[in-house]
Amino acid sequence: MKAPAPSARRHVQTLWSWLWIVLGVLYFVVPLIATFDFSLRAKKDVLTFLAYGRIFTDAAFWRTFSFSLQMAFFAIVVSILLVVPTAYWIRLKLPRLRPMVEFVSMLPFVVPAIVLVFGLIRVFSGPPFRLTNTFAGTNVLLVAGYVVLALPYTYRAVDTGLGAIDVRTLTEAAQSLGAGWGTIMFKIIFPNLRVAILSGAFLTLATVIGEYTLATFIVGNKAFGPYMSLIGQNRTYESSSLAIISFLLTWAFMGLIQIFNRGRAEGHLAGAR
Amino acid sequence: MLLAPMSSRLNTETVGIKRDAPQARPDSSRWRNWLGVTPFFLFTFLFIVLPSAYLLVGAFRNNSTGQFTLGNFLGLFTPEILSAYWVTIRISAVTALGGGLLGFMMAYAVTVGGLPRWVRTTLLTFSGVAANFAGVPLAFAFIATLGRTGMVTVFLKTILGLDLYDQGFSLYSFWGLSFTYLYFQFPLMVLTITPALDGLKREWREAAENLGASTFQYWTRVALPILMPPILGAMILLFGNSFGAYATALSLTGGFINLVTIVIGSQIKGDILYNPGLGYALAVGMVVVMAMAMMIYFALRRRSERWLRQ
Repeated sequence: MKAPAPSARRHVQTLWSWLWIVLGVLYFVVPLIATFDFSLRAKKDVLTFLAYGRIFTDAAFWRTFSFSLQMAFFAIVVSILLVVPTAYWIRLKLPRLRPMVEFVSMLPFVVPAIVLVFGLIRVFSGPPFRLTNTFAGTNVLLVAGYVVLALPYTYRAVDTGLGAIDVRTLTEAAQSLGAGWGTIMFKIIFPNLRVAILSGAFLTLATVIGEYTLATFIVGNKAFGPYMSLIGQNRTYESSSLAIISFLLTWAFMGLIQIFNRGRAEGHLAGAR
Repeated sequence: MLLAPMSSRLNTETVGIKRDAPQARPDSSRWRNWLGVTPFFLFTFLFIVLPSAYLLVGAFRNNSTGQFTLGNFLGLFTPEILSAYWVTIRISAVTALGGGLLGFMMAYAVTVGGLPRWVRTTLLTFSGVAANFAGVPLAFAFIATLGRTGMVTVFLKTILGLDLYDQGFSLYSFWGLSFTYLYFQFPLMVLTITPALDGLKREWREAAENLGASTFQYWTRVALPILMPPILGAMILLFGNSFGAYATALSLTGGFINLVTIVIGSQIKGDILYNPGLGYALAVGMVVVMAMAMMIYFALRRRSERWLRQ
């Protein structure tokens, strides 16, 4: 038994669906087209990649970009080393602690980046830490801040990954073959979690590379986000080309996650900026 | 072990909860178990708890005398600061509703709406990118689109004779910023609500139709009541997402819009409120709003899991 005219209803439904998709796609695409078009107009009346050329020959671009890349790299390494053993240990030995670790890893959602950086600067500029007095100190602080920003996503990705493998049996099998904790961690747990770790890493990279809020207050114009902002204040066409470059980068990182994660829609969300 | 059959996985999961499987190496001391989680708790204490606690304590302290006071919180009730909260809350609500609606309809289209599979895959990938395309470059993109000489502005003016800026629109104002935020808001909605729509069972619709329900009745009496908690939950997530946004607003308006995040930013740079304690209270106020939003979000998520578990 079907409703009165199933095929007519189906047509209306399909049409209605396409309507919303088209609307959404316009919202996605029009700003990109506009930005791309704008980025090509650095010379009057001709389309030119001049603005891109100027960005790619700007030493400050490469300097800030590689600085942010390094910060992202350290943030990724630290968060993996922090989250994977903890999540593993919680599952194996301290399951009672799991709600608490989960709660703590969600805290960055509640503390917006601007509030986090406010607190970080006030705490770590004074004694006993005095991190903001040296370049190395500010870098450490920035990396720590990025680890905090990435924590909810990294923890969730890793914990879901651990749920899909049999942690206890793997551990016991390894132990009965004489493996120590180091071997278990680096030869068994890490390889089994590579999908979770890689998607967490690229999500962190996508979030951190152009991050502005923490970077501008902790390291200033050394980082890529503040550099883009600086270009935006002085150079019109170059800023559009930077937006396109940055969009392509985000696209590349997300595409890689998609490839690792084949079909799973989870783990794509980063925080507000 | 990589080839472990499903049954063994199920088995250990129940066993692992009910009784501890025998340890390959006997555990000599319980405190060593706690040692394993020390780095995590040390790190989160230093870089999340301590900074938040610093702001909290500072908010309750008189900064010249160092004594306990509620004065900083009373100081929030000045027209300027109240208006900053009000604008921030309004912009978050508008973009949560708008982004929620658009995102829901798009997710509907690719799940229940019967569009080909490739549309869904493409939409989810796109959403993953757009939800993460925020901050400084997003502001640039919208300046090129809806700024004074932006493509859409010029297009509307030359083709349709409609001058947005004569009509009172400005990209650098409330509505302009809302349009910009929507760019990362509705993709976030698509990503969070798609799994919930996937959870709608075909049988429910068939059962409703067998009982003579129309499409309208099915949606209002069956589907929407089930989907309401996840929809509201996702919208609260969107609310929080705009509420904490700083970089996009700053680079779009140059700091000329009165948002709480912008005021905090200026306070960090140079005590524009002339009272550090007031700055701390402002930040604590943000955390309180975010905490409330997240509590509602998790409560709603727990509720929706009851129906939509697969």
